[in-house]
Amino acid sequence: MSAAPGRSSTARTAPKPRAAAKAPAASRARITAVTSGKGGVGKTFVSCNLAAALARQGRRVLVLDADLGLANLDVMLNLAPKITLHDVFTGKSTLRDAILPAPGGFDALLAGSGMVEYSRMTPEVREQLLAVIAQVAPRYDHVILDTGAGISDVVLYAVSLADEVLVVATPEPTSMTDAYATIKVLASTQSRNRVLLVVNQTRRQGEGRAVAAQLQQVVDRFVNPALAAPVRLELLGQVPLDIAVRDSVAHRQLLLESLPGCAAAQAVAAVAARLLD
Amino acid sequence: MARSPTTTRFAAGSLKLDQALQLLRQAGHEPPAGEPGSAAWLQSLVDSLVDVSSRDALTGLANRRSFELALAREIDRVARAGEPALLLALDIDHFKKVNDTYGHASGDLVLKAVAKALLECVRPMDLVARVGGEEFAIVMPNCAPAFGQAVAERVRRRVEAMPVALTRSRQLQVSVSIGGAFAPQWVRSSPALWIERADQQLYRAKAEGRNRVCLEPSAVSVVSAEEKALLFGISQLQDIE
Repeated sequence: MSAAPGRSSTARTAPKPRAAAKAPAASRARITAVTSGKGGVGKTFVSCNLAAALARQGRRVLVLDADLGLANLDVMLNLAPKITLHDVFTGKSTLRDAILPAPGGFDALLAGSGMVEYSRMTPEVREQLLAVIAQVAPRYDHVILDTGAGISDVVLYAVSLADEVLVVATPEPTSMTDAYATIKVLASTQSRNRVLLVVNQTRRQGEGRAVAAQLQQVVDRFVNPALAAPVRLELLGQVPLDIAVRDSVAHRQLLLESLPGCAAAQAVAAVAARLLD
Repeated sequence: MARSPTTTRFAAGSLKLDQALQLLRQAGHEPPAGEPGSAAWLQSLVDSLVDVSSRDALTGLANRRSFELALAREIDRVARAGEPALLLALDIDHFKKVNDTYGHASGDLVLKAVAKALLECVRPMDLVARVGGEEFAIVMPNCAPAFGQAVAERVRRRVEAMPVALTRSRQLQVSVSIGGAFAPQWVRSSPALWIERADQQLYRAKAEGRNRVCLEPSAVSVVSAEEKALLFGISQLQDIE
């Protein structure tokens, strides 16, 4: 399917409400890690559009590409960064120079594809990532860590740095299985007892709630009995399967910018609102 | 040899050297080596005092103070290098009954025997501590999750298989409950949290009937067939059967 005519004009006329940031309530950003287990379920899509929605609410937001091995935040945001996290890690650039303004009114810190040497979490990478987060945290209201697929030590470490974890899943059995495995590992290794959930690519009303209930049921049966504090899944919302999402990704546009009125964009905005509740 | 002026000054001054020497004698330590009052002598004295103050007087194991120091060191190592480390919390089963039935002297014999058994079944790098009345702890650096259960089970069996001789004619069999937790790799946790997690497993071992090992489930990312069945609602089919 080709892009509907007038889509790009929508993008141009859409106001860009880079509202002056409200006085931050906290002196340090709230850090949310977005993860999924399975790849290709819309982690980066949710991260970016959630960031844009939060920015619209006047929050100062940074999305950090924590998928160090195979980053694609730059692709999603149509940015061609000259300076990436790699340059910060190697001391070739300052952190300030590596932070780019992204289309949705938020900032992005990109890893750059092919940072293969960081696909293993060595002590050096850990300390560098920790140092970067410690430096950006006081300057934002919200930092979103877009992690990679899988349950690697890089992903687990990135999640361990966050105040809260948001799992993106689709109703597909493979995605649900991997989301469940991720929740299980996080519960047992990091004592996470609150896990936020966004169900992406839903085909009917209530499907998100059904997926959440199904996951919670298995967690209650197989994970919670061994834990001191039970894991509670908190459904932030479902994002309907929407052809506009595919088009926006194909055109490397941010959905909340290009088609803010479509069902998926409104669903992401609702997720942001629930996150701030 | 005539006493040097330094020694006299130390001995007469506020350093309470007499008390320190008396304490070391009581703890069964050799008197400090070297010429009294010399730097080497003082160092040897300090070393002995450090040793005394980091050990449990009854069992000779590390005491709570040195256990907490070791734990903090291990937390740091785990956070920096990502090495796995296991903490075991142990408690002698029905110890109060031993004291009540056979007296405190017998209780002390049991504590010493268990301490000896624990020391005999760990690696030299592991730290065995007595952290409370009948509570012990073992810090095991570089212990992979795959071996945790076997290691803890070996400790449990060693104690179970060791009769304590209370008198020449009376032997007592004791057992321990063991709880264990791995330090979260790469994550800077706190000793208090780690102890709490091991303690929780110890309570579980006690509640499940004592003389057993309960380890905190470690990260298992494998999703079993049963889990999948429940996840995809296949369980209804089984209900029909």
